[in-house]
Amino acid sequence: MGLFGKIVGALKKTRDGIASKLSALFARGIGDDFYDELEEILISADISVTTAEDIVEQIREEAKREKLKDKEYVVDLLKDVIEDTLCEAEVPEIEYPAVIMLVGVNGVGKTTTIGKLANYFVRQKKSVTVAAADTFRAAAADQLTVWAERAKVRIVKHEEGSDPSAVVYDAVSSAKAKGTDVVIVDTAGRLHVKANLMEELKKMDRVVGRDYPEAHFYKLLVLDATTGQNALSQARLFDEAVDLDGIVLTKLDGTAKGGFVISLCGELKIPVLFVGTGEKMEDLELFDAEEFTEGIL
Amino acid sequence: MALFSSLSERLNHIFSKLTKHGRLTELEIKGAMREVRIALLEADVNIFVAKKFIADVSEKAVGQEILKSLNPAQQVIKIVNEELIALMGSSNAKLEVADRPPTVIMMCGLQGAGKTTLCGKLAVYLKKQGKKPLLAACDIYRPAAINQLQVVGGKAGVEVFEKGTQNPVKTAKQAVEHARSMGYDTLIIDTAGRLHIDDALMQELENIRKEVSPAEILLTVDAMTGQDAVNVADTFNKRLDVTGVILTKLDGDTRGGACLSIKAVTGKPIKFIGVGEKLTDLEAFYPDRMASRILGMGDVLSLIEKAQEAVTEEQAKKLEKKLRDASFTLEDYLDQFESLKKMGGAAAVMGMMPGMSKLKIKESDFDERKMERMKAMILSMTRKERDKPEIINSSRKKRIAAGSGTTVQEINQLLKQFEQTKIMMKQIRSGKKLPFMR
Repeated sequence: MGLFGKIVGALKKTRDGIASKLSALFARGIGDDFYDELEEILISADISVTTAEDIVEQIREEAKREKLKDKEYVVDLLKDVIEDTLCEAEVPEIEYPAVIMLVGVNGVGKTTTIGKLANYFVRQKKSVTVAAADTFRAAAADQLTVWAERAKVRIVKHEEGSDPSAVVYDAVSSAKAKGTDVVIVDTAGRLHVKANLMEELKKMDRVVGRDYPEAHFYKLLVLDATTGQNALSQARLFDEAVDLDGIVLTKLDGTAKGGFVISLCGELKIPVLFVGTGEKMEDLELFDAEEFTEGIL
Repeated sequence: MALFSSLSERLNHIFSKLTKHGRLTELEIKGAMREVRIALLEADVNIFVAKKFIADVSEKAVGQEILKSLNPAQQVIKIVNEELIALMGSSNAKLEVADRPPTVIMMCGLQGAGKTTLCGKLAVYLKKQGKKPLLAACDIYRPAAINQLQVVGGKAGVEVFEKGTQNPVKTAKQAVEHARSMGYDTLIIDTAGRLHIDDALMQELENIRKEVSPAEILLTVDAMTGQDAVNVADTFNKRLDVTGVILTKLDGDTRGGACLSIKAVTGKPIKFIGVGEKLTDLEAFYPDRMASRILGMGDVLSLIEKAQEAVTEEQAKKLEKKLRDASFTLEDYLDQFESLKKMGGAAAVMGMMPGMSKLKIKESDFDERKMERMKAMILSMTRKERDKPEIINSSRKKRIAAGSGTTVQEINQLLKQFEQTKIMMKQIRSGKKLPFMR
């Protein structure tokens, strides 16, 4: 219940937005522009234009003209379509020993998410090591150190400006030796269009695959809910580089909708694993398609 | 699948349909405008802003003038472009200077927008203008934020004033006093990222503002922001009456539609844009250039400026002659690499070139490291081979590959690319317009 309340609460502002827009649409009556306006309401939640078109098309096919007047009917239909789309990507079960590497563009909240993830696994009685492989951003390792102390987990870090792959190597080596359950790797924020930085990421990917093949390796893309249509481009290019296993959606406690995840699940088949709902260490939830749909509508 | 096609591709497509008719009817404009609207939405322009924009443009386009004009498509592009520029403000803005030093610049924005990095960039920018800036660390919430600002300040060669995690309002006040007594003429205050709906933290910003009366309150916004940009910008503006906006992370592939929305909803000028991770990657904002860039017409002005810095007139003339004589060689190709590098790398140049989005050139094709390898290959060739690449047979290829530490496939790729470049350059020179240059 607490869990449910939090996500719905975080999405409440969103909810008001879409719900009130839908009500206004129905209040005006069903005109010729109904589908266009429905599409606009969906796009205003950062759902991609193509996905919005698809959803509206499905509604158009399913709904008979007279039934359109029934708001509840259309809302239920929307709910079904969105939830089905969200479920198109299968959520992987986390198995141990695990290496979890977080990737993403600058400023999406990777380091904070690592603090939260560390706490999440500690609470499940797992031993955790975090690897400060963001050796680029000023004081990134200091920031992660604070989180590691808060979550009471071990941290592996090198000098600023050193090779991030070397940090990863050290972290997995010591995890192997100590039998650590989870290694969580922080990486520097990088724009997905920078080829050389994506190569650096691939190298870290290879280090884990080569030096710790017995571990279950999960590569998660961290996406800021405030992001617009560019989220798809980010997901596509990071997926090309390191073959993503899932998404962590952050900053859902703002007024942004994060509707682009529907397109990520539907088009790219990349599932959402976790959702960030605040700045505290406990503000991380498992993603639930039903709750998300409930909240977004 | 239109999802990843850019605004320019969409518009080009729409207008190529329009061109076929010669004259526009009201109905055609309506159809075209629906496409323009979708294109704007895909570029993250806020839905209400897009609607207003379309209404304005339609009104102008359906007028007599356009119906009678000989080339309606051109006319529509012109109107769309002009309206975009009008929406984003008419010229670039400068930073305000306080009557009595220090001039206080206060940064604000959501988490992760890039405030701390931007503080360093602004400091470097001001130093270049002969100013003496001081940085103040007022982000007491994010772990290690103060350290980060100190490192950034160190790189910029600027002092950082910090009082640990004491009340940021107090720190800001002391920073002003410190700046005044130490003779700093500008103070840049870094604040914690916060959600616009976090009342307590927004109140804190209002308190800082009251205490230090900044000449500039700059809202930092991630250029990749989606529909929510209007809510964020509107709230920050209402509570703080910001004086300007800085867009960050424009070096990505975002179309930057948020920029239109923010300008439309706040009416405040966009003063700078962040275009990279280096402290020098801060540029002035030019609405006309941004409009062209959003429309995919290319940022030709910036390109010309950069080219002028990198290539002398003499070099340009020499190159033109070579193209005319069809004597463009691998040696010249090598020179081109050097010029490109001086202009900020191939990717930067490609992004500014008209119609390049349509050519689907991926940045990875013009990777800097790849370019270094290509240079190594050319440098491993004899003078004769560089002048007459056609003599490069398989045994020569093997030798070049061994000499440059590359493979024969890469040599083949280079030669093929060189031939294509030659053809492309010839087309441009001969004035035969490429399909995208309309």
